[in-house]
Amino acid sequence: MIALETHDLTVTYHKRPVLYGVDVEVEEGSLVGIIGPNGAGKSSLIKSIMGVIPTSGGWTKVFGKPIQENLHRVGYVPQRESVDWDFPVTVMDVALMGTYGKLGLFRRAGKKEKFIASEALDKVGMLPYAKRQIGNLSGGQQQRVFLARAIAQDSDLYFMDEPFTGVDAATEATIITLLKEMREKGKTVLVVHHDLQTARDYFDHLLLLNMRLVAYGKTEDTYTTELLQKTYGGRLTILDEVAGQAANLPEASHYQ
Amino acid sequence: MSLDLFHYLALTLGQKAPIAAICVGFCCGLLGCFVVVRRVALVGDAISHAVFPGVVAGFIWSPDRNPWMIFLCALVAGLFGVVVVRAIVSSTRLKSDAALGIVLASFFAFGVFWNSTQQLAGVKGYLFGDLTTIADGDLWMMTGATAAVTTLIFIFLRPFRVLSFDEGFAIGLGYPVRFLNALFFGLLAFAVVVAMQAVGVILVSAMLITPAATAYLLTDRIQKMMGLSVLIGVFAAVGGWWISGLDNRLQTGPVITLLASFIFALIYLFAPRHGVLAKFLRHAGRKSRVHRENTLKSIYRILEGEGFKVAGVGVEQLAEVRKLSIEDVLKDGKDLVDNDEATWEEGKTAIYLTSPGWRRATEIVRNHRLWELYLTDQADYAADHVHDDAEKIEHVLGADTVRKLERDLNFPEFDPHGKPIPSLEATLTMEKTIGKQEGTGY
Repeated sequence: MIALETHDLTVTYHKRPVLYGVDVEVEEGSLVGIIGPNGAGKSSLIKSIMGVIPTSGGWTKVFGKPIQENLHRVGYVPQRESVDWDFPVTVMDVALMGTYGKLGLFRRAGKKEKFIASEALDKVGMLPYAKRQIGNLSGGQQQRVFLARAIAQDSDLYFMDEPFTGVDAATEATIITLLKEMREKGKTVLVVHHDLQTARDYFDHLLLLNMRLVAYGKTEDTYTTELLQKTYGGRLTILDEVAGQAANLPEASHYQ
Repeated sequence: MSLDLFHYLALTLGQKAPIAAICVGFCCGLLGCFVVVRRVALVGDAISHAVFPGVVAGFIWSPDRNPWMIFLCALVAGLFGVVVVRAIVSSTRLKSDAALGIVLASFFAFGVFWNSTQQLAGVKGYLFGDLTTIADGDLWMMTGATAAVTTLIFIFLRPFRVLSFDEGFAIGLGYPVRFLNALFFGLLAFAVVVAMQAVGVILVSAMLITPAATAYLLTDRIQKMMGLSVLIGVFAAVGGWWISGLDNRLQTGPVITLLASFIFALIYLFAPRHGVLAKFLRHAGRKSRVHRENTLKSIYRILEGEGFKVAGVGVEQLAEVRKLSIEDVLKDGKDLVDNDEATWEEGKTAIYLTSPGWRRATEIVRNHRLWELYLTDQADYAADHVHDDAEKIEHVLGADTVRKLERDLNFPEFDPHGKPIPSLEATLTMEKTIGKQEGTGY
């Protein structure tokens, strides 16, 4: 089954194109690395799919339905730097947030939810820190808390934004074990990744991105010199210019 | 909360002002927590200034000063201010701080200008706040709005918390984020309008920010923060009203604000964990411990240099090694003696380590040499690069880390410079034998 399908996904930011016409179909149970140079739109891709930033064209389907109708099957792990870690909540509070999706707006978290959150924290080795305020954690520990929150969500499809950035070796190993475990359970995971060297070992599929989709497929088919050069070897300058002008046309420039 | 209760309270207290003050403290204290953790303090400030033309409009369009009319006009003006800010941010390259500044100043200036052309009496009370002029209708409006704000905050407590912490995640959960944000800024405008009569539009942001910021210094949990913030807000509002009643030249607004700021200053200085004084004391405590440990280490090294034949170290010798004056060494020695880590020779010419002193001195030297060995052996540092680092690390290594170092280094006996790494047991046995000669060494 197709877990994720995007069609002609286009994102503009301050009237400059960030993503241009991305078509991709991801099979259920794939562990996908999203690879590309800085400014290639890797984070923008998953943010626009999640609806965190507006798209200026195209659509996204998750398990055959528009993503808004299937959000309860989707988990999102934002970049660690995107939140204020001085925020007055504990590690447990953050893990519990993972259960909120199934609770809806008003139902309170009960024993069952606390059990789920504790189990998730235990899985990433953060249970001993459950009562700590999140500001007193190292970068790797913060990332583990974010992962625990994602585990507590128990989604079928995950988007993770640079989970390997700024973490220690032990955390990196924990994350990769978790990702492989998730795949074995039939979950689909898309991970924004910036380290080309480890990408080949970590993921079974690669999505090569540089403003447009360069290639998507099995790692052994896409991790080739030719395709990587195409991804990293500079932008297509004419597309860049023309797409910039196109984005400034009235009908394309309205934000949703 | 029934009508009777409020009447009863009003009668008992003999005034409407304290009830109004409680409303203000409650409403602003509660909402202020989210304002502080979301870092939108400036938005509160902008809304509070933007409501002013609404107040003027309310006075003009309602000759009988219907509080609901003033309330409604102020609310509309405040929300319109927010809309203008968003419009400026989304259609220009200006960021929200500049947009907020523009809206704050222009709306407020327009209100002042409009008021000066109309010569309205009573508007001034809304500028700096005057609780003593609160009418029955105002009080009803304030209690109603406070009840509404409180109820809505508690209904939406969890979504607000997630949204404040991680907006992207909230969107991913399927929360109606646009609605929640609109509700939040709507409630903010409500709180401003409730508080404007008490502290004035210029100082409302103080009530929104100061109590919540004070509570933030006291706790790491947002639930506790909300409780504390309400307590501080209510205390400042009621206390400020009471103090301003002592002298009829005082207006309530500035006094309430000053009282809140005073509480903040107290907590800033004396909070148990995040306070400046506590931090200073912790730092000073650490510094004096490190200093004592360095003295112990020097004594140990001198004794080591003499083959542990004698039990004491002369004050002059210690001064030479530590490169300090005799007075300073006497002071350092006194620190050790006060801490039961050493005793004086009669006449203070020499100093002897006690058992705890021996123990700590050995630990420090051991930490130092273990760490040096670890750096050269396992981290491939050159032997002449490791001393300075070890000088710091020796004071912070815990027992667990030392065990790990010992295991990793296979229980070594010598450091990279060939000096023996002392073991605690050996030192303590040795201490007994040379301890007996005490008094004969010097």
